[in-house]
Amino acid sequence: MKEVLMPIAYPTKGSVGNTGLWRTLKPVINYEKCTKCFICWMYCPEAAILAEDKPVILYDFCKGCGICANECPVKAINMIKEV
Amino acid sequence: MGIVNILGKKEILMPGNPSCPGCGLALGLRYALKALGENTILIVPACCTSIVLGPYPKSSVGVPVFNIAFAAAASTAAGMSEALDLMGRDDINVVVWAGDGGTVDIGIQALSGAAERNNNIIYICYDNEAYMNTGIQRSGSTPRHAWTTTTVLGKKEPKKFLPLIVASHNVPYVATASIAYPQDFIQKLKKASSIKGFKYIHLHTPCPPGWRFPSDKTVEVARLAVLTGVWILFEIENGRLRLTGPSRNLVDKRKRLPIEKYISIQGRFKHISKEELEKIKEDVDKLWHTLIQYSSKENIEKQ
Repeated sequence: MKEVLMPIAYPTKGSVGNTGLWRTLKPVINYEKCTKCFICWMYCPEAAILAEDKPVILYDFCKGCGICANECPVKAINMIKEV
Repeated sequence: MGIVNILGKKEILMPGNPSCPGCGLALGLRYALKALGENTILIVPACCTSIVLGPYPKSSVGVPVFNIAFAAAASTAAGMSEALDLMGRDDINVVVWAGDGGTVDIGIQALSGAAERNNNIIYICYDNEAYMNTGIQRSGSTPRHAWTTTTVLGKKEPKKFLPLIVASHNVPYVATASIAYPQDFIQKLKKASSIKGFKYIHLHTPCPPGWRFPSDKTVEVARLAVLTGVWILFEIENGRLRLTGPSRNLVDKRKRLPIEKYISIQGRFKHISKEELEKIKEDVDKLWHTLIQYSSKENIEKQ
């Protein structure tokens, strides 16, 4: 063997695929109620909420844990059953 | 956008990682990497995080990671920081990210050695209070009367409180943190990365499957732990203890929320009797007493 092969793992979004498939309840933001405080973004364990000019949920990766809906101070996030 | 600017927009922990829904450690790791930045090397012993980091050839984090055996995390980090020092690289954070089993039980010997040598590393223990990765077995960090698969009637012994054990090594910085108070945690991490020497941070991370509560309550449980006084936020800098965050106002017992609020939300305390609840309250009071004594050590010296 002339060279040493290095098994290197590279950073990738979705290292175990689209984790959104795990979801049973889907968070939906009501932008009329949303005050853009970004507390949902702060407490998302998955980093599946983007902080643009308003919070945007990445449904490909959101596992539907519901922390965002539980922590929202104005209750602007509803958990809706997946179909 | 205030919070976004304080925490920073860059996500080093990528979405789509294999953590459970509502995982406390994933939230903690996300904050830690936000605070420490990309110039970080993670050393991870066997724990939940070794799974969360993703299967080869993919990785869930944008920093180099060294997976190492349970007992060797702190000594590996010590060697790595010495090597970086010889190479003249002082801009890299060498960070151990270990679970409570790998810190409180199996890793304590290497941790104690590194603390005694005052190696330039940051040791973060995320405490989910049992061996969650292998199926909720009790660890030294499991609190009294908590159910685990190996303590079916509740653990008989109290929680081993590691931050004070590490503090007695006379290290420059020891702190506790909670995922419910990210600003406090990030401030402590930034302070730790500016100090040279051994830094230890003990992070409280609730675990929905292990503590038996719904996945949307993770942050709520972590917050209740602080507000009821079960988990105390403080930092010890050069031997001086300072309470931080909401814990500053909780020295007076009457200002704390009733412990029942924290206990009743979790299924792992479902079985406890009135006497056992009193025992838990006693443990909390004892810990507060110890910490208050610790912080007044200086006052005693003055007299």
